[in-house]
Amino acid sequence: MIGLIVNPVAGIGGPAGLAGSDGADVQRRAAERGARSRAAERAERALAVVAAGRPDEHVVTAAGPMGEDAVRSAGLRPIVVWHPRDPSSSSDTTDAARALADVGVELVLFAGGDGTARDVAAGLPEAAVALGIPAGVKMYSPVFAVGPGAAGALAAAWLDERGLPTAEREVLDVDEEQLRRARVEPRLHGTLRVPYRAGRTQARKAATPSDEQAAVRTAARGAASRLRPGVRYLLGPGGTMAEVARELGVEKTPLGVDVVLDGRVVVAGASERELLDEVANGPAQAVVSIIGGQGFLLGRGNQQLSARVVEAIGDDPVMVVAPEQKLIDLGGRPLLVDTGDAAVDARLTGFASVVTGPTTTSIYPVHAPENEGAVHAT
Amino acid sequence: MTDPHVHPYIPNTAPEVRAEMLAAVGAASVDEFYADVPDGLRLGRALDLPEPFAAEQDLERHVSGLLARNVPTTERLSFLGQGTYQHAVPAVVDEVIGRSEFLTAYAGEPYEDHGRFQALFQYQSLMGELLSMDVVNVPTYDGFQATGTALAMAGRMTGRRRVLVASDVLPAKLSKVRDYVRVHLDLEPVVPVDGTADVAAVTERLGDDVAAVWVETPSRTGAIEHRLQALADAAHAAGAVLVVGTDPVGYGVLTPPAEQGADIVCGDIQSLGLHQWYGGAHAGFIAVHDDPRFVMEMPSRLFGLATTDVPGEVGFGDVAYDRTSFAHREEGKEWVGTAAALWGIAAGVHLALMGPQGMRDLGEVLLARTAYAQRALAAIPGIRLTDGAAHLREFAIDVAGAGLTANGIVDALRAEGIEPGVPAGEHELVVCVTEMTSQRDIDRLAAAITGLVAASAAESADTLDTVAIPEEHRA
Amino acid sequence: MSLPIAPKPAIRRFHQARWDEPVIFELSTPGERGVLVTPIEPGVRDAVGDVVADLPEGLARRTPPALPEMGQMRVLKHYLRLSQENLGADLNVDVGQGTCTMKYAPKVNERIITTPKLAAMHPLQDPADAQGALEIIWRTERMMAEISGMDEVSLHTQGGSAAIWANIAMIRAFHEANGEGEQRREVVTTIFSHPSNAAAAKAAGYDVITLHPDADGYPDLAALKRVLSSRTAAIMVTNPEDTGIYNPAIREWVDAAHGVGALASYDQANANGILGITRARDAGFDVCHFNVHKTFGTPHGSGGPGTGANAVSAALAPFLPGPRVVREGDRYSVREAGPLSIGAIGPFHGVVPNIVRAYAWIMALGADGLRAVAETAVLNNNYLMKRILEIPGASAPYATGRRRIEQVRYSWQELFEQTGVGSEEIGVRASDFGMHYWTSHHPYVVPQPFTLEPTESYSKAELDEYADVLAEIAREARETPEVVRTAPHNQTVHHTHHDDLDDPDRWAITWRAYRRKYPDAVGA
Repeated sequence: MIGLIVNPVAGIGGPAGLAGSDGADVQRRAAERGARSRAAERAERALAVVAAGRPDEHVVTAAGPMGEDAVRSAGLRPIVVWHPRDPSSSSDTTDAARALADVGVELVLFAGGDGTARDVAAGLPEAAVALGIPAGVKMYSPVFAVGPGAAGALAAAWLDERGLPTAEREVLDVDEEQLRRARVEPRLHGTLRVPYRAGRTQARKAATPSDEQAAVRTAARGAASRLRPGVRYLLGPGGTMAEVARELGVEKTPLGVDVVLDGRVVVAGASERELLDEVANGPAQAVVSIIGGQGFLLGRGNQQLSARVVEAIGDDPVMVVAPEQKLIDLGGRPLLVDTGDAAVDARLTGFASVVTGPTTTSIYPVHAPENEGAVHAT
Repeated sequence: MTDPHVHPYIPNTAPEVRAEMLAAVGAASVDEFYADVPDGLRLGRALDLPEPFAAEQDLERHVSGLLARNVPTTERLSFLGQGTYQHAVPAVVDEVIGRSEFLTAYAGEPYEDHGRFQALFQYQSLMGELLSMDVVNVPTYDGFQATGTALAMAGRMTGRRRVLVASDVLPAKLSKVRDYVRVHLDLEPVVPVDGTADVAAVTERLGDDVAAVWVETPSRTGAIEHRLQALADAAHAAGAVLVVGTDPVGYGVLTPPAEQGADIVCGDIQSLGLHQWYGGAHAGFIAVHDDPRFVMEMPSRLFGLATTDVPGEVGFGDVAYDRTSFAHREEGKEWVGTAAALWGIAAGVHLALMGPQGMRDLGEVLLARTAYAQRALAAIPGIRLTDGAAHLREFAIDVAGAGLTANGIVDALRAEGIEPGVPAGEHELVVCVTEMTSQRDIDRLAAAITGLVAASAAESADTLDTVAIPEEHRA
Repeated sequence: MSLPIAPKPAIRRFHQARWDEPVIFELSTPGERGVLVTPIEPGVRDAVGDVVADLPEGLARRTPPALPEMGQMRVLKHYLRLSQENLGADLNVDVGQGTCTMKYAPKVNERIITTPKLAAMHPLQDPADAQGALEIIWRTERMMAEISGMDEVSLHTQGGSAAIWANIAMIRAFHEANGEGEQRREVVTTIFSHPSNAAAAKAAGYDVITLHPDADGYPDLAALKRVLSSRTAAIMVTNPEDTGIYNPAIREWVDAAHGVGALASYDQANANGILGITRARDAGFDVCHFNVHKTFGTPHGSGGPGTGANAVSAALAPFLPGPRVVREGDRYSVREAGPLSIGAIGPFHGVVPNIVRAYAWIMALGADGLRAVAETAVLNNNYLMKRILEIPGASAPYATGRRRIEQVRYSWQELFEQTGVGSEEIGVRASDFGMHYWTSHHPYVVPQPFTLEPTESYSKAELDEYADVLAEIAREARETPEVVRTAPHNQTVHHTHHDDLDDPDRWAITWRAYRRKYPDAVGA
């Protein structure tokens, strides 16, 4: 059984030039500018793919614009299990997700953006499976299908094949206030299990999540094999760093920067101050991965690793660790640093040697957008 | 295109079509497509190649004319082996692998290339029966590569470096395997005794740093290893893997290594339905038990059975394909590429034709002819067998006692149209007999060598010249 | 209806053979024989007795192998039916296996090699009896030397990746001979070079550094210069890369490598478009290889045997694998590998039937013909690119707007975003029209990729047909996506379920494993 949640205000801020749609105030201003949510229309397009093969399918959903309307427009049969408050808010999304899970929905489709993903994740139990129909302004989280048709095709496959393999993906979101001020700081807000379709030809070299996990593990192993005794390693946040910690056999705070020395965590969830203190104690190196889809190494999501910290470390301040595919997924765009200090940024630009495995590295360009006067807030 | 050259292999060399296509893409000439090739790197002249034979009949006459200078084993009496063997090839095998559909296919999916998947799955399965093993790969390049890969697998699985080489191995094979694995593994020979492995010496040298014991059976000289289980027990007690390199041709009558403790069985399938092709028709197999620890270390493709939307339909696909993908590759792992699939299809057809009785009959005739030839040659005064082991197809004789050299025998008998074997040292000659070598053929060889021995006894032995033999064909 | 025959529809009405043939073990009838073995002569039997009974204890097989028992014609029929269920290059417009250079393998070459004068030759025969084989090997080596501009050539390897292995094995031996084996531990490659370069370098014990393209999609020279050092053993690159883009700065790449004492190794898997135009040696390379089964017209054999041609400069010649064929006057002989050689890379002289085929292929074309091959392959590619880019939803990422050499890596990303129908599904559907393409692309740089390489072998009409089929499937993806998603419909088998293939408890790699795991299955 599949379910649908539509965030009726998702994406409303985008066309109105408001860089996101969070907050009643933004939504009201957007509505005043004549904006209309694309989410319902995109959800309908996704469900149309399901309807093509299964015209009688039932879809568990929330009332009215939160799903029921889209289900009907697609020609499918809604089962309404949540009635949103009026006006609806982000807590309705969370509550609707919980209600869908409670009645045994196996795959929750949601139409919206990163904020919607965050709210859905908050309402679902750990093992639940969800998939985003891209309809928001911000979509940094890798929990969305590439388009409504693709989402619908996956949902149809889920029904045809009575389930699909799933993979754990990060839910990221940025503070839209900052986005509107041209700063992007995506933060991790948890994870969702997302379905994927294993190939049915031999050509399964297309990166499957099991490939992806293996690649992350290989990269992490590469990082672990390069760590030297007596050096303090400042492990940044993110999934790849969590895997490095697993390789080292230490606990890692998922969103913080942890200091590891000779296989032990010295400081967990360190502040900039604590990092400076640790760096002062002896040789150190920051170990970071790529945050979000924009390619930031420093300055987004790991601000504790500040310009001062980088400066204090001295030579070779940063080890970059990432599976090759993460570089490939940048589509030719450079890696980015933005520590807030032009001189430190300049030191870090050029090419980074990215650890992809125990005996493999990739060379990838690093830019400092602030130094170029450009802001990569795509 | 400066000089229009309409060729039957190249339809779009016809000038009208060419002009039409150039116009369609908006190019004035083909040169535009090479805009990225700097002038300094352009050849700027025609390649200096021989004048071609444009007409098919002239080409055929030219190449066939060159080949006509060969004098094949069908026109000589051949006792040559040492890696390539003269066996009977059923006509049906050649018919099947000559089919355009198999010959010219490459890497289609299990849909449009269903036949290829089924034929290779069946090859795996037929080999599996012969070897008593549940997992056999789509062929790799040759038995050398199969063995190198099998040992590399053992190294990865154990995390150890030492490999005990318990048998006498073909020098060329040893050369390839050593160079292939030397970053990760050290090969240590353990000198065999009387043709087969010295179990006590192997056991003595085993330790927790040994990745594998490598046994070759038949060995370089055709000796059959008869204490495989003892070697397996010793290897396993030390946590090492038993890798057995073999020729599958004998397993209609011989106990397969898997039933005597082998963990990985590997080798070459040239003996199973492939012509000699001047040494150009080899393919390697790697077989393991159905144990994911081993299977996941195999770099080759493995085809498996699958269901389809239609009940009763037999489908196929790649087993654990992610295993071969590049994301999983770490140091020391290998690659998948064009290897030797057509030869695998051939070997499958061959085994299907032979059936259990055919493979038994073949094994028996090989054992019988080998034993007969050993007796016939060992009966010649001054000639002795180099060991007392049971042999399949090949054996070595020591001719020193007859006042002869191996090269001397080869030179003398070649003059009579006989290739008596392959010299492996000054006095050692490795003789090969197959089902193609009749009793009369063997008798002829024995008589010819007897004649040489008699002549040598009568004259001084230094009338026999020696010529250089390539190092890799020597012991 | 009566004559005349109505015109054909625009798209071919294809259906693959569907014999519904069981797995061969199910065709067994106890007692039947497919072929008989020559009997043991009474004289032999009298002399040696019961050889099986006399085997050392435990060596005689107790239970016979459970091979099928079948009459000869039934075996033949089974395999001929399987062959009809296979789409060889001779039967389709095989432009969809980009990077594989699926060209015509001329039939006359099959007739030429089908002779005991080649098939019944043993590699250790008296060289005086093998003059024809040896001369053809020698001549083919010389022609490959001219085509690459290199000094010496080996034809020993059995495939492209095996040839790449030989390249890195020679590079390793070269540095070791110069006392720099310990120092030079790194190999540099590019993300668009064939991944076997990185895999072989890793297997040879090297650390591998991968470079990504610059902003224009070209190999990044600045990045190369950043990583080259006295630790670099070699650069190993493909050119043109698998995108069909030729690296215009290739000479600078090679010079930069030489500047730090590294060697430059050239994977010429994509040489089909540059034959007679530009050569490895002209760009300064030390070692290169051709995939003979691609560029020089030998058949792909359902996945081999192939042949690699490793060509090297004089400095690297001592490291070539052996044995070597040498000419003395008008006689040819075999010489053992020298002391610096990497030794045997495989048995004897390589895949000799392929060497003869390649020789015949080159001799049918000559210098003008080879250039015509290259120029036509490139013309065909750019023509097909134009046709493909006219299909809504298809694109050609990287170096957009530039001409390509012999192949293009396209993307269905736009179509996928609009319809949810992906490249893999389109590839499967293409088989319903008697066409195919593979979606096997590593690295997965281009989303929803398909790589087309039309070679010189297909006519304009055939390229049009191929493009028409893809356009038709793209239309279906929009209008009737179910038809694409549930394909194939006209194939030997239907949509196949691959979940069992990834589970060790469920996979069945041989029939015996299947019978063991599924004892109650019909036929098992």
